[in-house]
Amino acid sequence: MRKTKQLLGLLAIRISILIVLVSLFAILIFIAVRGFRVLDIGFLLQPPKAGMTKGGIFPAIIGTLYLALGSICFALPLGVFSAIYLTEYAKLRRWVRVIKIGVNALAGVPSVVFGLFGLAVFVKFFKFGVSILAGSLTLGILILPIIIRASEEAISAVPRGFREASFALGASTWQTVTRAVLPPALPGILTGAILGIGRAAGETAPILFTAATFYQRRLPHSIFDEVMALPYHIYALMTEGTKPQFQVPIAYGAALVLLFLVLGVSLTAIVMRVRMRRAKKW
Amino acid sequence: MVDKLATRNLDFWYGKNQVLKDVNISIPEKAITAIMGPSGCGKSTLLRVFNRLNDLIGGTRLTGQVLLDGVDIYDDSMDVSSLRKRVGMVFQSVNPFPKTIFENVAYGLRIHGGHDRAELQSKVIRSLQSAVLWDEVKDCLHRSAFDLSGGQQQRLCIARAIAVEPEVLLFDEPCSALDPISTAKIEKLMEELKREYTIAIVTHNIQQAARVSDFTAFMLLGELVEFGKAEQIFTAPKDRRTENYLTGKFG
Repeated sequence: MRKTKQLLGLLAIRISILIVLVSLFAILIFIAVRGFRVLDIGFLLQPPKAGMTKGGIFPAIIGTLYLALGSICFALPLGVFSAIYLTEYAKLRRWVRVIKIGVNALAGVPSVVFGLFGLAVFVKFFKFGVSILAGSLTLGILILPIIIRASEEAISAVPRGFREASFALGASTWQTVTRAVLPPALPGILTGAILGIGRAAGETAPILFTAATFYQRRLPHSIFDEVMALPYHIYALMTEGTKPQFQVPIAYGAALVLLFLVLGVSLTAIVMRVRMRRAKKW
Repeated sequence: MVDKLATRNLDFWYGKNQVLKDVNISIPEKAITAIMGPSGCGKSTLLRVFNRLNDLIGGTRLTGQVLLDGVDIYDDSMDVSSLRKRVGMVFQSVNPFPKTIFENVAYGLRIHGGHDRAELQSKVIRSLQSAVLWDEVKDCLHRSAFDLSGGQQQRLCIARAIAVEPEVLLFDEPCSALDPISTAKIEKLMEELKREYTIAIVTHNIQQAARVSDFTAFMLLGELVEFGKAEQIFTAPKDRRTENYLTGKFG
């Protein structure tokens, strides 16, 4: 009886792992096979043509890069400063715990809610309009928890001895943070930033009402312009327009590009983390 | 002998836990004072009172006086940064920064500012020479401090502490992570350094205290049991507990 139970348990574990792997590869292969049909240099470097039925996705790629970089410009300093406050300055433990619960709660907010918030605050209240700026700020808030957590982890991992040595030489807290704590924490913080970029690049809902447009004749000129973006482009190709026989293949091509982009970004983060562990000597 | 550092009726608490009890000690200028005692006797806490490093820990309380050249360093008017510039420290966990050898020594100079390039350079060199490390590192100043051996790293930490020209050097079990040869080098170095600096060393190693110290203190359970010239402590201890500790009855 006990043996049977053990065998059943083992079977369940194996099936679970199998399902996970099969799903992953099914998605990758499915998108790759469909996407590769339309993928070529022209697809990457041309704007959409003929009412979205021909041409490429160049403006959407550029737009996604703008939004991802814009969001990180906003979230990285804010997140790093928050993490510094939590690890180096905050004196009251209870207060730190409250803030951490807040950060976790922020991470759990559904992304479409961020979209609505961005619409109300950045688009309407601050009158940024549907724009790169509004979308970047919205995405920035979305990835803030990722940045804070990664930075906090990286900063906490810096040995106490570095801080003590710095203070013992007469350094102020700020000098200690900037000269003794942040440099060794930097690779970890950057890894978090890269993961944040990946996340921001892939999100649809937060930019739905704040930044994205279905079609733009030219590339955006300023941060107050609206912008095309890959995730929204896919959504639009699949739900709007009248010629799905042309649009659907383009959508798969765009999906493949987005997948490459996000996986590439994650891979960079993983490689950095491995290198960092190897270089670490304390 | 002039007293460089002294405590008057010093009590110290971590939360509700009293770790120093009515400690009165005088640390003479330009000599080596060893503070020995078993683990948890408060010797490291006492050392960290002298550069106010205990301030970094929340929930501590201190009463009594701690005097540097007769001035209370816990007075509100005391600038902690300049206090720590005057009272340097070398740690038990050999802790160079993950920077180059040069930058490690230059760290304190950069913190306090006001040095041009040439000055920085010459002070770094002089500090490395004082720490008897110069000959070993002069060709690799811009390599990582972690490329050095443990003993070299500890001498680098000493050079780092010397660079800001302190008056007092506090050594917190500086050799507990080192091999006997490196330990001997550090001890010899301390003998050299005492000509210019007032040195206090915490150690749980009785032989080390006997080898290096001019004055010796014995602490137990937060109390200063006995303090005096080294030869008196080691040859004719007045307190029974000191004698029992030295003869290995406990510890």
